[in-house]
Amino acid sequence: MSAAETPLLSVTNLKRHYDVRLPGGLFGTPATLKAVDGISFEIMKGKTLGLVGESGCGKSTTAKLVLGHIPVTAGEIRFDGERVTANHNAQWRAMRRRMQMIYQDPLGALDRRLSVADQIGEPIQIHEPETPKVERDERVASLMADVGLRRDMADRFPHELSGGQRQRVVIARALSVKPDLLVGDEPVSALDVSIQAQVLNLLDDLRQSTGFTALFISHDLKVVRQMSDRVAVMYLGRIVESGAPEEVFRRPQHPYTQALVSAIPTIRRSVVSNRIVLKGDPPNPVNAPSGCPFHTRCPAVVAQCRTEVPALLETAGHKVACHLVNNAPVGAGIAAE
Amino acid sequence: MLRYTLLRIFRALITVTLIVSLAFVILRMSGDPAIIILGPEAPPEAYAAFRANWGLDQPIWIQYLKYFGAVSQGDLGNSMRDGRSALQVVGERVPLTLAITIPALLLKILIGLPAGICAALYRNTYIDRLIMTVSVMGFTVPSFVLGLVLALIFAVKLGWLPSGGSDTWQHAILPILTMGLIGAAVIARFTRSAMLEVLGQPYIRSASAKGLVWRDVVTSHALPNAAIPTLTIVGFMVGSLVAGAVVVESVFSWPGVGRLLVTAVANRDLAVVQVILLFIGFTMVFANLTVDLLYGWVDPRLRTKQLQAGS
Amino acid sequence: MDAIVSIRNMTVDFDQGHRFVRALHGISLDVGRGEAVGIVGESGCGKSITWLAALGLLGKRARVGGRVMMGSKSLLELDENGLADIRGGKIAMIFQDPSSSLNPVHRIGRQLGEALRLHRGLRGSAAKAEAKRLLDRVGISNAAQRLNEYPHELSGGMNQRVMIAMALAGEPEVLIADEPTTALDVTIQAQILDLLRELSADNEMALVLISHDLGVVADMTERVAVMYCGRIIEQAATDTLFSRPVHPYTRGLIAALPDIVGPKRRLASIPGTVPPPDRLPPGCSFAPRCARADQACTDRQPELAGIGGDGHDVSCLHAAELATNAIREAASNEMERA
Repeated sequence: MSAAETPLLSVTNLKRHYDVRLPGGLFGTPATLKAVDGISFEIMKGKTLGLVGESGCGKSTTAKLVLGHIPVTAGEIRFDGERVTANHNAQWRAMRRRMQMIYQDPLGALDRRLSVADQIGEPIQIHEPETPKVERDERVASLMADVGLRRDMADRFPHELSGGQRQRVVIARALSVKPDLLVGDEPVSALDVSIQAQVLNLLDDLRQSTGFTALFISHDLKVVRQMSDRVAVMYLGRIVESGAPEEVFRRPQHPYTQALVSAIPTIRRSVVSNRIVLKGDPPNPVNAPSGCPFHTRCPAVVAQCRTEVPALLETAGHKVACHLVNNAPVGAGIAAE
Repeated sequence: MLRYTLLRIFRALITVTLIVSLAFVILRMSGDPAIIILGPEAPPEAYAAFRANWGLDQPIWIQYLKYFGAVSQGDLGNSMRDGRSALQVVGERVPLTLAITIPALLLKILIGLPAGICAALYRNTYIDRLIMTVSVMGFTVPSFVLGLVLALIFAVKLGWLPSGGSDTWQHAILPILTMGLIGAAVIARFTRSAMLEVLGQPYIRSASAKGLVWRDVVTSHALPNAAIPTLTIVGFMVGSLVAGAVVVESVFSWPGVGRLLVTAVANRDLAVVQVILLFIGFTMVFANLTVDLLYGWVDPRLRTKQLQAGS
Repeated sequence: MDAIVSIRNMTVDFDQGHRFVRALHGISLDVGRGEAVGIVGESGCGKSITWLAALGLLGKRARVGGRVMMGSKSLLELDENGLADIRGGKIAMIFQDPSSSLNPVHRIGRQLGEALRLHRGLRGSAAKAEAKRLLDRVGISNAAQRLNEYPHELSGGMNQRVMIAMALAGEPEVLIADEPTTALDVTIQAQILDLLRELSADNEMALVLISHDLGVVADMTERVAVMYCGRIIEQAATDTLFSRPVHPYTRGLIAALPDIVGPKRRLASIPGTVPPPDRLPPGCSFAPRCARADQACTDRQPELAGIGGDGHDVSCLHAAELATNAIREAASNEMERA
């Protein structure tokens, strides 16, 4: 890492636990749901980190924590050197302006009573109330052009738009206040393939022209690979593997990532390696297994996995949390290409 | 299921305690009973004697504790007007009220449920529109207006039925009809929207796709699910069996709890008002408890749901 | 291969109160015995409607035209009882969201038992034993205990297995799987697809896989039909379709997919959006989004016609020219790889 690269977002040992009650006893038995259980990552300025994992792995909770929507149980989040808290004071609001969010469901994220132009201009009005209306209108018009919305759509309402157009409005709105960090939680998952490609290309173009940093969350490995400079794979609240997408998806080291990559159905059948089909469902995060969280489904499990939590260790920029990989003699990993 | 039941009963007990306390607070806030009963012109000794007699001269929290103790033993004081046990005064009116509210409830269910189900099954046809038009009328017309209209038609014009009183069973017909028709309109609307919601669910389509004929899809898949929200409104009606007839009893001079409440309030007979309030509260709590337990029986999701504290 | 179900010129119009809107513009499709056919397309293209209409599951607001033949039976002419025998009997169906496709207030055992009673006449302990066997068959452990559980006590993947067991109860000749894994996680999707592949092979059951996911379809089927705006615009053997796609829409869909391996490239997106069914453009519905479109495309509706003769059908006025290009392209890709 060169000295010129500084992380815009750095997350250290982040945890978010919930107190829940399980059935049993008159009022239930108290238990702890470990939604996020000690993750660390950094995103360099102008780069995109992709967070992948299946439902319940804690990727959306991570987004909420990063934005300060919910308080952390332990650990630290720093945005441009400043600590992110869930106290919604003036400092948070100033910081929040620089961090914008794109959600999965654009219709739910938009105010159905506001026209397209008003939606896009709203954050400017909130965060920069001193901006004169003429300037605001100009900015809205240029944002609409940037995201590929026709000028005559300015007066339309969300329900009069298609899914792809709505997501463009959401993106334009997020970009209206020139954020430094864009957090996307499954931003293209609700869109059809042809529209998904439009939106992914759009995000790519905008990133090149505006230079924002992004945390891109998705269950779709192909989409994450397309968008990210680095990826982190989550399982049951932990990062099990991270690195450059080419590296992680081409030579996955962790047995979970290997299964995940091999499970993706692809139209280019010649490149499909032997499919690894995992048994069973992911365990309930309320009674996460001891040791390695993946050991209950791991095809390569050994005794140590049941008792000891593997550390996320780095070799040449590629981090893996697996005893089998980390204990193996150099170069002899269990990796399958 | 046991935990679910115990939890509901525990909650019901807490609610009952709150109701009892609230009745005490409200009645104490409504003014000094001595002045209200004896009038503002009575001599001071009369006030003192009245207060000593009813224990009103003691500190408020002692009054409260005594009151609570008495209530829990079933002693709810005497009517301040005729000195008889207030419980007895109210108790002898209860059967009369139930004599019209229970048949009315049956009528509501017997008309309302099938009408609502029909309207949903024949959505957007003339059957649906007819049922819903009638239902909206029942919804919007106040019960005293409907009562008066029915009395005008059947008692005054046609002379088939008596217009007021409680001497024979014929006297009960008009009050029952008035309450029954209005309640049926409410139930029909609820049932219709509950049914429509359920009929749009994926499991209805998959029940058809599995090879069930439509009649069986409706009876064994749609109805049990639609029953869940409908139970709420029926439960609420059960809860108002004792108190729900105030207006109708007044219109038809039916000597039930409702009319007693009206006269007791007018006469400032605190003990009687209190007993009626408690009665209403208890039946509401009891009905809610029953509905909750029925919910647990009909909807397995409630029985075994994880109790999550935040997500 | 003789067709076990054959759909001819099917149309569906939906009653919008004051007018009818056509959602399906004449679909013809055959499914052979034991064959795995994929139907792909984006939302609203009519891929699910086709099969719901064939089984009479669209309700009263839909007017269905054309013919659906299964053996000597014409499905669209059957009365309710006749249709009920076919549904879940000869043709079973599973859906996208398994957890809400099962009735929340009935136990798994009861819902399975219902299908066994309807199509196999089993009741009581015989039905229970068979239900347990079916759950075992679809890979559910503790089958006896699961019979007494409710859908909300099972995971999404488990519920889809239950739906599949229920579909198997009638020993169907065709299983229609409508986006069966869309609501599931990738690792669970792999399990379910494995199960479906295995079952259809074991039982000589034809599989119709409806999906928006080209990868899933490529993986599972022998033949694919691509739908756009209520029409089949291309159909071919799966290998042919993905190695030599001809219709500009099919080519666009494939180019729009990001890859998991290989060099990262800019995605080729299809401009514009799918027109709503009541505002279809004149001529070819894809013309406004198509780079190859010319005046003829907006004047005339192309017919689905064979090219090459190996069962590769395309509905495009420029099919011949595009097919030549596709073959050349496929050949050069082949060379590159070698």
